[in-house]
Amino acid sequence: MSGTTLEKFSYDNKIVKFFGAATMIWGLAGMLIGLLAATQLFLPEANLGNPYTTFGRIRPLHTNAVIFAFVGNAIFAGVYYSMPRLLKAPMWNKTLSWVHFWGWQAIILSAVITLPLGLTSSKEYAELEWPIDIAIAIIWVAFGANMIGTLIKRREKHMYVAIWFYLASFVTVAVLHIFNSLALPVSLFKSYSAYAGVQDALVQWWYGHNAVAFFLTTPFLGLMYYFLPKAANRPVFSYKLSIVHFWSLIFLYIWAGPHHLLYTALPEWAQVLGVAFSIMLLAPSWGGMVNGLLTLRGAWDKVRVDPVLKFMVVAVTAYGMATFEGPLLSIKSVNAIAHYTDWIVAHVHIGGLGWNGFLTFSMLYWLWPRMWRTKLYSVKMANTHFWLGTLGILFYALPLYVAALTQSLMWKEFADTGRLAYPNFLETVIQIVPMYMLRAFGGLLYLSGAILMVYNLVKTAAAGAFLEEEEDEAPALTKHVPDNNEFWHRAWERKPVFFTILATIAILIGGVVEIIPTILVKSNVPTISSVQPYTPLELQGRDLYISNGCVGCHSQMIRPFRFETERYGEYSKAGEFVYDRPFLWGSKRTGPDLHRVGGKYPDSWHYHHMVDPRSMSPGSLMPPYPWMTTNIMDHSNIEAKIRTMQKLGVPYAEGYEVKAIEDLQSQAQMIANNLKESGIEVLPDTEIIALIAYLQRIGTDIKKPSPVQE
Amino acid sequence: MKKDILSSMENIEIYPIISLLIFVIFFIGMFWWVLKVDRTYVDHMKEMPFNDEPQKDKSNENV
Repeated sequence: MSGTTLEKFSYDNKIVKFFGAATMIWGLAGMLIGLLAATQLFLPEANLGNPYTTFGRIRPLHTNAVIFAFVGNAIFAGVYYSMPRLLKAPMWNKTLSWVHFWGWQAIILSAVITLPLGLTSSKEYAELEWPIDIAIAIIWVAFGANMIGTLIKRREKHMYVAIWFYLASFVTVAVLHIFNSLALPVSLFKSYSAYAGVQDALVQWWYGHNAVAFFLTTPFLGLMYYFLPKAANRPVFSYKLSIVHFWSLIFLYIWAGPHHLLYTALPEWAQVLGVAFSIMLLAPSWGGMVNGLLTLRGAWDKVRVDPVLKFMVVAVTAYGMATFEGPLLSIKSVNAIAHYTDWIVAHVHIGGLGWNGFLTFSMLYWLWPRMWRTKLYSVKMANTHFWLGTLGILFYALPLYVAALTQSLMWKEFADTGRLAYPNFLETVIQIVPMYMLRAFGGLLYLSGAILMVYNLVKTAAAGAFLEEEEDEAPALTKHVPDNNEFWHRAWERKPVFFTILATIAILIGGVVEIIPTILVKSNVPTISSVQPYTPLELQGRDLYISNGCVGCHSQMIRPFRFETERYGEYSKAGEFVYDRPFLWGSKRTGPDLHRVGGKYPDSWHYHHMVDPRSMSPGSLMPPYPWMTTNIMDHSNIEAKIRTMQKLGVPYAEGYEVKAIEDLQSQAQMIANNLKESGIEVLPDTEIIALIAYLQRIGTDIKKPSPVQE
Repeated sequence: MKKDILSSMENIEIYPIISLLIFVIFFIGMFWWVLKVDRTYVDHMKEMPFNDEPQKDKSNENV
């Protein structure tokens, strides 16, 4: 390299500052919404008396805000800081960087508006409706193009392992997002999933699990491999281990999704694959954790005093704990206990609060003083934040573990008579309410810590002078002279585009093997002849159920256990869901399963229960929905809905779309008359009528020879 | 259901063997590379996060 002239260039700190600031703002907002949701679980009145801030709608708002806004912006801040420095080149295109920044914030803003309005696909972590999905795809590609452009323009021959993680994350999230979001639009803000029932469930959890893997994990591992050595001021413990970590992690992760669907109607072979790969995942995950922690060898004295390293140690430890717990939870016998309980909620928060949150905090505490050329305003305050955050995680997670085991054991308990010991679901909920209070307290502690950080960093910035462009110089990249002793990996790794393709292949294998046979199943799903498409009114009721996020608390998937069939009725079969677009199996039972609720209670019970759940179930935590009895439902879109369903292959008779409204009205009138007999006066075109129609239909088809209208 | 699909595919028995081969070859290749890799290359890679000289300025460190 000697004799080559050095080229001058600069790193753009301004974009890092903006992404960092967005991380803080959305982080506080997302956590605050989380706290509101947590409060509603012991104080339903905290829904503020309107549909927009009721649990079912703000729960997805919370998850989207913390995942895509808080963690997302943190990823971008870290990537835009580390990537140019590792490649000795500024980001490829500044305009693209800003399109990425403002585009991403606009997407978040549209989520903040649409989710409370109930415009949702209801698929977990992919709730946003199709126009926003398209925007996400475009902005995500802009981000990827900017990274690949930077790689092409780089002055450093080799790609550091952090960049491998960034690239793999970009490619995989793109693939996952596109395939899971496939849907046919009905209108600007309503679409039906391209997949139905079992297939929809498999695609969703292939996405859902890998959103955790490739949005919350791999980009953060990249950040860990960059910022941890920087903060500890020593290189990564083992670079070789990081290579093994990378390839085995991305190779194995993509298969693990079906562990979210154990004991459901998903075909057994897919469940087994999901379990096997989830257990194998422990090895690369712990390899990464060990690599991170051992990087601190000889630097533990610094951990005692430096808040940046303190946060990092807890983050990496939380990563280790969550990735130990994950494989454990995917063992079928453990899953039988944990699924649908708060254990899962605790598990994701160990990862979210510990791994993502703490690594983000450490990165911001490290970046801010450097970009403003000053010292941190208050190390003491940062240490206070550290302890508030750590205690917050403990107060959050431990009560939920207790709640989960208590409730799960109560669900399973049989009395000597051979009957369920706690046949009333509500008994098992009331038991754990104190734990929900403690958990909200944990959230409050964590949020308080984050507020301290924002104050500390604002003060830090005020004390320093921001360095917008940071100068550096490096020789231009010379043309590579082939070296015969070179191993293949090293040669590949120098070719970023080829490398990206390889990483794509590694992640596609798992997806293809699991998804394709299940899509082929379409013609092979054991069809149940009595299962019929929903009537127009039931379809409207179902869309209302989706729009209010009922799936956030109620599953529609009874597992084949005696304690479940005893409580809810016949277990759920794959063939029952062939017209469910999207599937609504759910993943958490804050309330009881609803798959056999159809016909269980009279229409009037549902009416009273929706107006005031506690009038029917004293002590219930369900929020009241009194507005449903007066809100008039607009049925003018039913024709478009039926037509969309027909295009998706739902066997409504030809020309039915124009007659659908008549059927809808007569069924609505029937329910209204039925309610009148019980002394309830309600208009037939109110929301409650459609909802009752749907609730009375769920899971009834297999009991009857033909579809029933009541 | 599984049998229905699988029995309809021709030469089905080759798939598990291919999958096993992909896995075994992939991991053997990776470990072989890791064991054989050049020491100077690894050292160069390890140092990469520290190559941005302006950052060596320690005045921003908390301790």
